[in-house]
Amino acid sequence: MANVQLPEAPSRARVNEFAIKLANVNGTGSASTNNLLMQTIFRMGVPVSGKNLFPSNIQGLPTWYEVRVSQLGHTARPSSFDLMVAMNGQTYQQDIGEVASGGYLIYDDSWPLGPEMRRPDITFLGAPLSQLCAQRFSTVKERILMKNVATAGLVAALLALPEDELSKQLVAAYSRRPHLLEDNQAALHLGYQYALEHFSCPLPFHVERMGAPDGRILIDGNTAVALGAVFAGATVGAWYPITPATSVMENFIRLCARYRRHPGPDGREVNDYLIVQAEDELAALGIVVGASWAGARAFTSTSGPGLSLMQELLGLAYYTEVPAVLVDVQRAGPSTGMPTRVQQADLLSAAFASHGDTRHILLFPADPRECFLHTVQAFDLAERFQTPVLVMSDLDIGMNDWEVRELTWDDTYRPDRGRLLSPGELERLERFWRYGDPDSEGTTPRAVPGESPRAGHLVRGSGHDFRAAYTERPDEYQEVMDRLLRKHRAAAEHLPPPVVEVREGAPFGVITLGSCDLAVREALEALPGPAPSYLRVTGYPFPPAVARFIESHPHCYVVEQNRDAQLRSLLLIETGAGAERLRPVLSYGGLPLTASFVRERILELEGAL
Amino acid sequence: MTSIAKPQIPLLTLERNQLGLTIRDYSGSMSTLCAGCGHDSVTAAIQEALWGLAIPPHEVAKLSGIGCSSKTPQYFDSAAVGFNSVHGRMAAVASGAAAANRELVLVGVSGDGDSLSIGLGNLAHAIRRNVRMLYVIANNGVYGLTKGQFSASADIGSRSRKGEPNLLPPVDPMLLGLSLGATFLARGFSGDKAQLVPLLKAGLSHGGFALVDVISPCVQFNDHEGSTKSFRYVREHELQDIDADIIPVRGQIHSEQTPGAATEVELHDGSRVLFRAVPEGYDPRDRVRVGTYLVESARQGEIATGLLYLDETTPDMHQVSATTEERLWDLPFERLCPGSAELAKFQASLR
Repeated sequence: MANVQLPEAPSRARVNEFAIKLANVNGTGSASTNNLLMQTIFRMGVPVSGKNLFPSNIQGLPTWYEVRVSQLGHTARPSSFDLMVAMNGQTYQQDIGEVASGGYLIYDDSWPLGPEMRRPDITFLGAPLSQLCAQRFSTVKERILMKNVATAGLVAALLALPEDELSKQLVAAYSRRPHLLEDNQAALHLGYQYALEHFSCPLPFHVERMGAPDGRILIDGNTAVALGAVFAGATVGAWYPITPATSVMENFIRLCARYRRHPGPDGREVNDYLIVQAEDELAALGIVVGASWAGARAFTSTSGPGLSLMQELLGLAYYTEVPAVLVDVQRAGPSTGMPTRVQQADLLSAAFASHGDTRHILLFPADPRECFLHTVQAFDLAERFQTPVLVMSDLDIGMNDWEVRELTWDDTYRPDRGRLLSPGELERLERFWRYGDPDSEGTTPRAVPGESPRAGHLVRGSGHDFRAAYTERPDEYQEVMDRLLRKHRAAAEHLPPPVVEVREGAPFGVITLGSCDLAVREALEALPGPAPSYLRVTGYPFPPAVARFIESHPHCYVVEQNRDAQLRSLLLIETGAGAERLRPVLSYGGLPLTASFVRERILELEGAL
Repeated sequence: MTSIAKPQIPLLTLERNQLGLTIRDYSGSMSTLCAGCGHDSVTAAIQEALWGLAIPPHEVAKLSGIGCSSKTPQYFDSAAVGFNSVHGRMAAVASGAAAANRELVLVGVSGDGDSLSIGLGNLAHAIRRNVRMLYVIANNGVYGLTKGQFSASADIGSRSRKGEPNLLPPVDPMLLGLSLGATFLARGFSGDKAQLVPLLKAGLSHGGFALVDVISPCVQFNDHEGSTKSFRYVREHELQDIDADIIPVRGQIHSEQTPGAATEVELHDGSRVLFRAVPEGYDPRDRVRVGTYLVESARQGEIATGLLYLDETTPDMHQVSATTEERLWDLPFERLCPGSAELAKFQASLR
């Protein structure tokens, strides 16, 4: 058992303010270990985030997990790491290079580390984890899995996480499988004890309990979307599996089984929902459109390639004025792109999805909490404005656990069904015209099939007039098209309000959206000089406050995660702002945004670097 | 304009169904298809089937895709709400409507381009899901609205109006359906209403996906010498071996009922279908024999018509999904939303 520990390099003591990274091989069960550490830190009341950087692969390729601990609440993706847990030989070299000077690296010294891997400015902590697990566990599978848990124990001891906190979670996870629990606890203890006996624990940076995480939860955005769909009363879901959106519908299935199942007349369980795993994304949205047309709250979830396939049906729903809710968990494009990497690169294709003059309502949640709220609101907006609404989440929000304020629910909430007429209301009308009698917001009365002999009409994706009858007459066609535009504009005031923080004497404004929020806020705090103003857009179409914000600053930086400055394009199109006033800050490598990137780019563009 | 209000010509003593409605109560706008188009006969047959089964006109939901055939929902049952959707997606849209409201009488009208080319995937999976609906393919082997290209149902060697032969094998919706586990397969001919109406009625009474392939010649682009989808060719090559009469639970008993019918099968809604099969031993519930018969007749250049296959035992989409018997779309919200207490409980596991 070679212990190649070097003398400890000096490191600042930073309690509750550091980042660690775990390098693993995917498909070896490292995810549960990662969660164990993150959960424990969360339960100690310290703000924490975890980002899973995983390959588009099932087994054998490198995968990383980044944990950032910040009592200041800086939980955007970190840009340097104080501790690297290097458990993947394939990536040693790269992983060693990412440790901040003065930091630490844990490796498995069951095998020696070559001298070329050394760095004089960091401390190497070798632990013979494989050997220890080989002695304790008999099968190969157990040894691989338990090495992860032993690693967690080792890291926990170094970070001063109490062993019983981790142990409690193992009890919760394996309460029904006693032999697994025993193995897990043994492995945890193995690593924990090894660290206590061989290293000076804790490290200068470590975790100190800050109290119970009152009013906070750990949740991923896809679960939050699914919860939102259940609470909003969605009864039909249709989908085609696609990373990173898959867990939206998987969670919806799980939640429906929990909340929407009851004994039927013959005692067997019946479902107050129907979920169709469709043959493709065309059918998935087709099913949603059909179900919505027939009156149900229906939704689909997808990512970039699926959104491309859904274009024609989005145009159909827009033009026939059928509600539809679509959750786009964005990933890096174009084409297949990088399915397990994040981007916000579907903004333009979503805003104007489909040929012809189309405009859709988009919502931009910034975290899982907003995923829940926006999903509920999406159903209301879709029915009120009788049109598709796209919730533009992304992989970072959708698949990572985020620490957010607890979700709340107002039990007096009732769905806004818009101008959906009952048979009684239809009866009282002199004559029902599907696209006649627009209200001040351009919406018209709607009737579902099967309900009333007074409702007869045929909606169509071809040119139509206010009666839904086919037309090729310019005036009749334009009347409908103009009303659709009015309707779209009217929706702006009903979207979640943008987050506007205008600061006196601000040298410039910074505009962003979605998952960029935390990184941008952290970057702004770290900028020298007078504080800039901040605007986070939360939906499209933009309310007037967005144009006002741009007008009231000499220039603005638009921070987003795509190559082509798509949010900036939308702002230019919609607000009439001059191109020189909106300066792009673009991150599009596929990894979540960091504050240091934003800060450096703004300083560079300001001529301060 | 492709829809013109139909002039109301007073007709003498129209027959009334059980609801006291006449055939005219199931009519739509004036057709704008070409004079003599087979599709208009299909429309008339659908209208007659709905009337004959005494289905309240507004309980029908009409759907279509894109193409000549897909215009036809405008031409029947004006009291119904309908959806002329996009090319190839009607089966998916109808699946959604069926999901939302299982009480709807769904009537989908499509064509061979809509169903067998661009929408083949969606049709195939609606068949697999066994969505309860009547799905009519008005099949003419040609693209009419774009003026005469072959469709995927054109037979090898069938000639276009300009004389060019089709070289690719046809997609036969009946064989396709059989391989996908379809539960109701029928083929009719737009020129034979007496046979077609009972087939449509049986389809409307079926407890799952009822696929009715109707050979419906295109008088403009595919009714010439050398075409295998012309009126003349179909008349000469139609095999009316498997006759079916329907005895519906509602509506009048159709007069074509044949005495001494060989096989009787009860449909989902309690109606009964009587098979009078000429080929000895033909059993429309025997998938293997039906497949053999379809392949054999196609090889002979013949068009097998009638109620070709029927399976009333396979569960439909709702049964497979164990959905509530009620309509999903207007379930009370209180039953759908778990409420704040449950949300708090759920979040206890996220702390």
